[in-house]
Amino acid sequence: MSGERLLEVTGLKMYHVIRKGLFGGKFYIKAVDNVDLTLDRGEALAIIGESGSGKTTLGKTILRLYEPLDGKIIFDGRDVTHIRRGELKKYRRETGFVQQDPYGALPPFMSIRQILEEPLKIHKIGTKEERLEKVYKALEEVRLTPVEDFINKYPHMLSGGQQQRVVIARSIITDPKLVIADEPVSMLDASVRVEILRLMESIQKKYKLGIIYISHDLSTTKYFSSRINIMYAGKLVEGGPTREVIYNPIHPYTRYLINALPDPDANNRFVKRDVPPGEPPSLINPPTGCRFYPRCPLFIKGLCDVKEPGYTYVNENHWVKCWYYEENR
Amino acid sequence: MSMHLEVENLYLYYKTLKGIVKAVDGVSFQLKRGEAMALIGESGCGKSSLSRAILRLLPRNTYKYEGVIKLDGENVMEYSDEKFRRDIRWVKISYVPQAAMNALNPVIKVGDQIAEPLIIHTNTSKEEALEKAAKMLDIVNIPADFINRYPFELSGGMRQRVAIAMALVTDPELVIMDEPTSALDVLTQANIMNEMKDIRKKMNLTLIYITHDISVSSELADKVAVMYAGEIVEFSDAESFFKEPSHPYSKLLLYSVPTLRVDREPIYIKGQPPSLIDPPTGCRFKDRCPYRFEKCEEKPPTVSTNGGFAKCWLLEKR
Ligand SMILES: Nc1ncnc2c1ncn2[C@@H]1O[C@H](COP(=O)(O)OP(=O)(O)OP(=O)(O)O)[C@@H](O)[C@H]1O
Ligand SMILES: Nc1ncnc2c1ncn2[C@@H]1O[C@H](COP(=O)(O)OP(=O)(O)O)[C@@H](O)[C@H]1O
Ligand code: SF4
Ligand code: SF4
Ligand SMILES: [Mg+2]
Ligand SMILES: [Mg+2]
Repeated sequence: MSGERLLEVTGLKMYHVIRKGLFGGKFYIKAVDNVDLTLDRGEALAIIGESGSGKTTLGKTILRLYEPLDGKIIFDGRDVTHIRRGELKKYRRETGFVQQDPYGALPPFMSIRQILEEPLKIHKIGTKEERLEKVYKALEEVRLTPVEDFINKYPHMLSGGQQQRVVIARSIITDPKLVIADEPVSMLDASVRVEILRLMESIQKKYKLGIIYISHDLSTTKYFSSRINIMYAGKLVEGGPTREVIYNPIHPYTRYLINALPDPDANNRFVKRDVPPGEPPSLINPPTGCRFYPRCPLFIKGLCDVKEPGYTYVNENHWVKCWYYEENR
Repeated sequence: MSMHLEVENLYLYYKTLKGIVKAVDGVSFQLKRGEAMALIGESGCGKSSLSRAILRLLPRNTYKYEGVIKLDGENVMEYSDEKFRRDIRWVKISYVPQAAMNALNPVIKVGDQIAEPLIIHTNTSKEEALEKAAKMLDIVNIPADFINRYPFELSGGMRQRVAIAMALVTDPELVIMDEPTSALDVLTQANIMNEMKDIRKKMNLTLIYITHDISVSSELADKVAVMYAGEIVEFSDAESFFKEPSHPYSKLLLYSVPTLRVDREPIYIKGQPPSLIDPPTGCRFKDRCPYRFEKCEEKPPTVSTNGGFAKCWLLEKR
């Protein structure tokens, strides 16, 4: 895994500020708290976590749609953590975003052509003819063909899967080097999910695109990304090559996540799944130390609830943040 | 053993500006008491409509509603609306609607909310109903002190449990659950499924359980019904179904599931389901079916299989 580094994120923090009541105090939702990650050119990395674990916030912070509170984002050798104006605009052009929920992602009163032309206009790319050519190419790339059938349609005339292809086309129209796809298929039927993921995979390979694929669904990532990171309550807790993490999970949370997921099997109805009770903590006042400790059966009193676990390497590429593993390996 | 629920040639059509929507188009199946059936299929194929048809919860624009629905051999379709409301809906057949957890009344306490169906649909006093509600909380694994809380104070998983408790509080015989866990996290979903495995046994429930997630369907199903474009194209016992379904659509649907423990590259089904206003003649799946041949232009026969039945020309016995 020694490709060319595209993205290097260290110690990234992003807290949402909320105010309770008219005169109430400020609260911080610690949605992304001290996250490190790397991505090589042309690599597909998955971030897996339950809803509310901070995945969207992480993606948007990396894309600088949110201002980081702390940490560093190095993209293509440049520090983009706090860039502004011209530099930020350039960064926007080099990155693409497939946002969660295709049904809300496209402006309803714009035609597909207008939707795809807009980023090109914003970035003053090409002449009118060249832009149209790019729109055609992008639609062909996502296989909305014959293009003439789609280009003048409005989003509501398309199925969910077709809308999602338009969102993908828009995310690649400026030839970015990095695309962050936030739950790109979770709103779609299983029968179309695989089709869209295959499509993204082929575009990624063809253009050596770096993709961060955000999802709550571990089983799809197995087929569509080479590495995964597991996120729990604002922190990454385990990471490594996809198969390695799925077949040899170390962190108790990762193990439960895998236990919880059924494969189609008629025997499932006779067995219960081994999962911890309870739900993820509030991110306003998350548990000290390891954020999973209130639900963890391996919890070491006086350690897990006091001190945050650091990196422990299972092997060269597979790491975990867990005191139990660190102490008992 | 005699059947608990028998559905025969059930129809529910809606009238719209664009035409008649054939959401439930001649559906038949049977369940024994205590059996759980998973109803699976792509979005818009008519799953929720089928549940509404069984519950006689008909929208204003209903165009056609007919068929036979027998409970313990008694055709309840013949009941007047009044009698159906008094004796059947919420009393014998209960319902957890799609997105129920977001439809709780925000200004009513959890306990009162669970007690409500008992007070409205059966002659139960308020005290008795609240007592029952407290028991239900325990059954669905909600801490007792939540009885006085409001829905907004609850997590998604807890709110979904409240919706389930509301459906169970009247001691129904048959419960229809529409996508009960699809909006929830994986661990919460697994917890609720664990609970349902106990509850269905404890209460001897016959269950119709709607989901678009085939993996999750196997968590409860004794029987699997696959719906496509308003029709049940395959009905099978779970063993045969998950080993090898009979209908081409079921096969593709099952193989489109990415599996976690086994390595099997998932496939996808080309195209999309047809419009229910103007469904294709003959086999409704023919435009997407890799096995299509001449005969498929005509309506396929219902052929009995090892596990139940399937509607496909390929299965025709010669
Ligand atoms: N009241 C109504 N009037 C007109 N058409 C309707 C009405 N309710 C549902 N439909 C249509 O009937 C068809 C079946 O809808 P239904 O809600 O039963 O599908 P479903 O299988 O439950 O889908 P999903 O998985 O998305 O919940 C769809 O085409 C839908 O648009
Ligand atoms: N714009 C926002 N303002 C305030 N809180 C937010 C905002 N966006 C997300 N949050 C909160 O931050 C936490 C993480 O959310 P999110 O990043 O959307 O997680 P995920 O994508 O994993 O579901 C949640 O508690 C969520 O409610
Ligand atoms: S650090 Fe401690 S509490 Fe956290 S997962 Fe490991 S053993 Fe459990
Ligand atoms: S009847 Fe024909 S088109 Fe329909 S599923 Fe069978 S083979 Fe395919
Ligand atoms: Mg999100
Ligand atoms: Mg539905």
